[in-house]
Amino acid sequence: MCGATVGGLSLDGVNVAKEAVIQGQVVRGSGDDAAPVSGAYVRLLDRTGEFTAEVPTSATGHFRFFAGDGEWTLRTLAPKAEPVDRVVQAQTGSVAEVTISI
Amino acid sequence: MSRENSLVSAQWVEDNLDNPKVVLIEVDEDTTAYDKGHIRSAIKLDWTTDLQDQVRRDFVNKEQFEALLSERGVANDDTVVLYGGNNNWFAAYAYWYFKLYGHQDVKLLDGGRKKWELDSRELTDELPTRAKTSYTATEQDLSIRAFRDETVEAIGTKNLVDVRSPDEFAGRLLAPAHLPQEQAQRAGHIPTAANVPWSKAANDDGTFKSDEDLKQIYTEAGVDWSKDTIAYCRIGERSSHTWFVLKELLGQENVKNYDGSWTEYGSLVGVPVALGDEPGEA
Repeated sequence: MCGATVGGLSLDGVNVAKEAVIQGQVVRGSGDDAAPVSGAYVRLLDRTGEFTAEVPTSATGHFRFFAGDGEWTLRTLAPKAEPVDRVVQAQTGSVAEVTISI
Repeated sequence: MSRENSLVSAQWVEDNLDNPKVVLIEVDEDTTAYDKGHIRSAIKLDWTTDLQDQVRRDFVNKEQFEALLSERGVANDDTVVLYGGNNNWFAAYAYWYFKLYGHQDVKLLDGGRKKWELDSRELTDELPTRAKTSYTATEQDLSIRAFRDETVEAIGTKNLVDVRSPDEFAGRLLAPAHLPQEQAQRAGHIPTAANVPWSKAANDDGTFKSDEDLKQIYTEAGVDWSKDTIAYCRIGERSSHTWFVLKELLGQENVKNYDGSWTEYGSLVGVPVALGDEPGEA
């Protein structure tokens, strides 16, 4: 995919110092057999479990959110898979990288 | 209005893919989503170029809307079925927009693109062709559109429903979290607004909750059903989703969408702003 880099999406044009980025990739399977899942839906839930945002994964299975400081939950929905929840910490000025196996 | 008149299921759409009087239209926040794959026979509307004036911050006018739909092959007596990503945010926005310009028969695909994809239904990159029409729009129906002065006057008198996420309502975030947070406007919400995130109206797969559940959600959040209502969000698309719920599914009278929403209100000089999780005082 255009602009994709190893380990995550390109952050060109984003002022990372002012953002609390949560990003990563959704894969089916694990280890060497893991395959990226495009068109999965990743939703960001706040510390109370309330929906905050949702994105479909890219052609390479990647997603990204601009959150705030604190604890968030990523809930991933994909065809023929059970929803997967992952808790993640975000902090302004840093990028939290997450790989989600479904 | 009612659910039967304003909502169709994915199966209904699949059964009507070859019905010439049904026009499927995809409207997405990510305006390239359609190009990567869409429901067969669906045409595309780009909310940034087709539905917005390209100079002023406003909608295309009546003549431009007529020219757009004529060119895309939409007739006045067609059944327009809208769907899109992001749980139909922009499809609901287009639904409200079609109503604003007087289109009679408009429906939303329940669950939108997500439900269609999660059902593993077919998408194609094949582009449909539709013969041009001669579309006639009405003047804007301003009974469903709120402007800023009316919104300021509604503080403490009408139902104001802020449908953004709790963190945006409280002022902890300035935009939905899939967008960068560096924004020009102030953070917070309109005093006395109830925070009912649009997402409370939807199931995880993007379909709408039952009428009974919906009624309960807004009642518990403090919506007074005897009063007029103005819904807002950041740019007016998520609040179209809630406008659809209140007006079209629950049949509430006098519900308006404030499309200027927080990007306008949060930039106004001299208006009151509340911070934190509580509605605040008038």
